[in-house]
Amino acid sequence: MSCDWPGRWCHVQKFIERTGPFAHPDFEPSSESLGFLQETCKLLIIGAGGLGCELLKDLALIGFKNIDIIDMDTIDVSNLNRQFLFRPKDVGRPKADVAADFINTRIPGANVTPHYAKIQDYDESFYRGFHIVVCGLDSIVARRWINGMLVSMLQYEDGELQQESLVPMVDGGTEGFKGNARVILPGMTACVECTLDLYPPQVNFPLCTIAHTPRLPEHCIEYVRILLWPKEHPFGEDVPIDGDEPKHIQWIMDKSLERANEFNISGITYRLTQGVVKRIIPAVASTNAVIAAACSTEVFKLATSCTVPLNNYMNFNDTEGIYTYTFEAERKEDCMACSKIPKSITFSESDKLQDIITYLQESAEYQMKSPGLTTNIKGKNKTLYMPTIKSIEEKTRENLKKTLSELEFVNGQELYVADPTTPMTLTFKLSLGSNME
Amino acid sequence: MAAIGKSKAGLDKNNKYDRQLRLWGDHGQTALETSRVCLINASATGTEILKNLILPGIGSFTVVDGHKVQGEDVGNNFFLTKDSIGQSRAKFATEYLSELNEDVSGDFMEEHPESLLESNSDFFSQFTIVVATNLCERTLLKLGKCLWEKNIPLLICRCYGFIGYMRLVVREHRVIESHPDNAHEDLRLDRPFKGLVQYIDSIDLNTMNKKDHSHTPWLIVLYKYLQEWKEKHAGELPKVYREKNQLKDIIREGIRRNEEGVLEDEENFDEAIKAVNTALNPTKISSQIQELFNDDECTNLHSESSNFWILVRALKEFVENEGNGALPLRGTIPDMTADSERYIQLQNVYHEQADSDISIISNKVHDLLVNIGRGGNITDQEIKTFCKNAAFLRLVRCRSLEQEYSEDSDKLKDLSHHIDDEEPDDVIFYVLLRAIDSFYDKYNCFPGWYTDQVESDVIKLKTCLSKLMHDWGLNCMIKDDYIHEMCRYGASELHTMSAFIGGAAAQEVIKIITHQFIPFNNTYIYNAMKQTSVTIEL
Ligand SMILES: [Zn+2]
Repeated sequence: MSCDWPGRWCHVQKFIERTGPFAHPDFEPSSESLGFLQETCKLLIIGAGGLGCELLKDLALIGFKNIDIIDMDTIDVSNLNRQFLFRPKDVGRPKADVAADFINTRIPGANVTPHYAKIQDYDESFYRGFHIVVCGLDSIVARRWINGMLVSMLQYEDGELQQESLVPMVDGGTEGFKGNARVILPGMTACVECTLDLYPPQVNFPLCTIAHTPRLPEHCIEYVRILLWPKEHPFGEDVPIDGDEPKHIQWIMDKSLERANEFNISGITYRLTQGVVKRIIPAVASTNAVIAAACSTEVFKLATSCTVPLNNYMNFNDTEGIYTYTFEAERKEDCMACSKIPKSITFSESDKLQDIITYLQESAEYQMKSPGLTTNIKGKNKTLYMPTIKSIEEKTRENLKKTLSELEFVNGQELYVADPTTPMTLTFKLSLGSNME
Repeated sequence: MAAIGKSKAGLDKNNKYDRQLRLWGDHGQTALETSRVCLINASATGTEILKNLILPGIGSFTVVDGHKVQGEDVGNNFFLTKDSIGQSRAKFATEYLSELNEDVSGDFMEEHPESLLESNSDFFSQFTIVVATNLCERTLLKLGKCLWEKNIPLLICRCYGFIGYMRLVVREHRVIESHPDNAHEDLRLDRPFKGLVQYIDSIDLNTMNKKDHSHTPWLIVLYKYLQEWKEKHAGELPKVYREKNQLKDIIREGIRRNEEGVLEDEENFDEAIKAVNTALNPTKISSQIQELFNDDECTNLHSESSNFWILVRALKEFVENEGNGALPLRGTIPDMTADSERYIQLQNVYHEQADSDISIISNKVHDLLVNIGRGGNITDQEIKTFCKNAAFLRLVRCRSLEQEYSEDSDKLKDLSHHIDDEEPDDVIFYVLLRAIDSFYDKYNCFPGWYTDQVESDVIKLKTCLSKLMHDWGLNCMIKDDYIHEMCRYGASELHTMSAFIGGAAAQEVIKIITHQFIPFNNTYIYNAMKQTSVTIEL
């Protein structure tokens, strides 16, 4: 405690050394709670971007000392308008490292450990080491993956959830002036997969519009990005588009302009071109501050019980006035992550394996990215399709065209599905009808 | 191109501010970069607000604070350090805040606002907006009066335990670009303009080949079948559900069939059928715009009228004359299934009408400027932006603090609707904060400041609350639970609360500076216990 000074914790202490009528039923006011925050409690922050910088500052200032922060990105100039732990000199360095250094220097006693890595680089043994996980991510896939990880860590005895296996997840998200904060108690309250319909699937322009009937400047840019670049290889055979390389964006813009002129379409600018190519989501400091603060308050409540935590979802929007909407997102009885009910899907014998894969990708309920399938046929494991490993992909590709009867599927066939959106293998029960048409 | 150049560090500002330029544009950024923000008191909440303004690049900031840094300040404030204890809070906060963005200049004034108001109240005239945190009621009212007279916006912010509070005081705030989330389209199918009629009349669905038929914009399809419907119904539009369904059936019959009589896949027709519900709403002037037309500032222009009111007046005259009761056409259409050629043609038809409306309004604006003898110009760009946003203009007039604090304010009497309930809404915390201010005024200390006095302060605070409610003529009960909870807080300013209000307040300041998006009017309460919030006009 050598780094403390008189009055340092007095704002925090009032919340945890005094009780009140709105405290959690388990709350015991005590001067030892501060010691728990400082010495025992371990937090993991996922993402060191706009939300992550705020989360780190907020949590360190309310008494949490042992914080790990993980991020796979390096600092870009366009981060500096909101990611306030980074300076122009830091551009190019790993976000997690710079953020951790800054906080460890500024806040005496802070013990922030950076991980310049992907969340998928770590396994269960790593994630079990934390009391609470806080997410400030812009990727839905990563959010789903960590959700699946925390759900998979739950342990049950005689059907009873073991509380010590539960790691709460506090999750924030922002886009422009909109944001949301939520508290997930895996296995107890709605998880990310239970509420997947809150994240609308990304909409792409139809390829035929891009190729034949462009109407908007965006259609022209997509034409150049998707069709022209792979044909012309303007910067060499194997050079993919780098959205941060001005030469690339300039080339795409020039070609888009040519196409736009051909169809009398106006409105192509450099900013729009870069926005479409990088799928840029607008962001400001203020919304990140608001959402990270709400999340950090929830972490404080979970760690101290000083007040009942958010149950369980808050939406925020300050385009017109300041608007919040707080509600209880409900668990889905047959959630593919947190319920133990195998999912059932219905196909006919004449459907092809490809149809199942397309369904898993396109249905709002699953929104998978590149599912791989295995099954058990007559007591033997069989890999049906595996997109992630090139040699197996080539060997299994022909299965995609086979009908389910050709694959010898039976009614009730169990399919085991792996996908980047989850660390688990999901079981689907196939209900197989014969083709009625 | 844009007037945005290089920053001091040599970074391209287009790059550095890219993610926000997509929200408020280059002109919004220019407004930010020329603004001057004053912060009173570098509390944790105060520095968080400034942080979120310095990062997006306001022009300059000035911190007014007479306090010396205390241990507890360093505890919850990211922009103070242990070494600063005992020294000027204004100076240290300014130094640390300045590191955030080298393109923003920071300054401080080590003085209490009370004495500054006494000795040099003109000091505040230089600012675009003043943000005040942690001021006592008496000083706040003085500051409020001073800024009201100078017509400078004031934003008051406070974090008290799990309660956040903000009050905006601005005489008149005008918004042209309000950026509504779900704006309805302005298509005029109910009252088609000449150019649209001519263009659509030149198209014949019956004689087209299959490809053209299925690539005719739904707007044209809907318009064609609407005429058919109108002919059978004395020129009326379908209004009720049943009538709209009839129109949908007529459109559906227009879908082509192949040789076997099976319906072709014509997405444009599907879109037309869908649009029946949304695209046939009668074009009308919203009550908000009507209110602007009836406003004194619009009807009685004078030699000092602002651009906004001159534009509103020109708009009104347009509506009453050339517009035949409608606003100038917005001139944009949504994307729809169509071939490029006809989509662009249709887009141009709308564009041209919008341009012609704009030029009429432009003439009116210039006539008005001459008539009222006002100098200065209103640029074509400004007129254009105004016309395109004519349906979304917003005016925010806040009540003054003086009005709020007047005991016979009707708004105070209305408070009982919010608090006289088994489950009162968050407005209850406004009443409690006012009671806390009375407590402070009486005892020169916040209730629950000292741990051993929490219990006795509960009783005292209850007395203050009763007196206040009696003075306001409120006959309702506030549960002891709330009084107890407020005493538990003991004026604690938890950093996460400061960070929340720091973000929300900064965004309101940005709205005021850029005149884009709509600020709240006039009191905002955030309840972090439940993560709920409420806005009320007081
Ligand atoms: Zn679930």
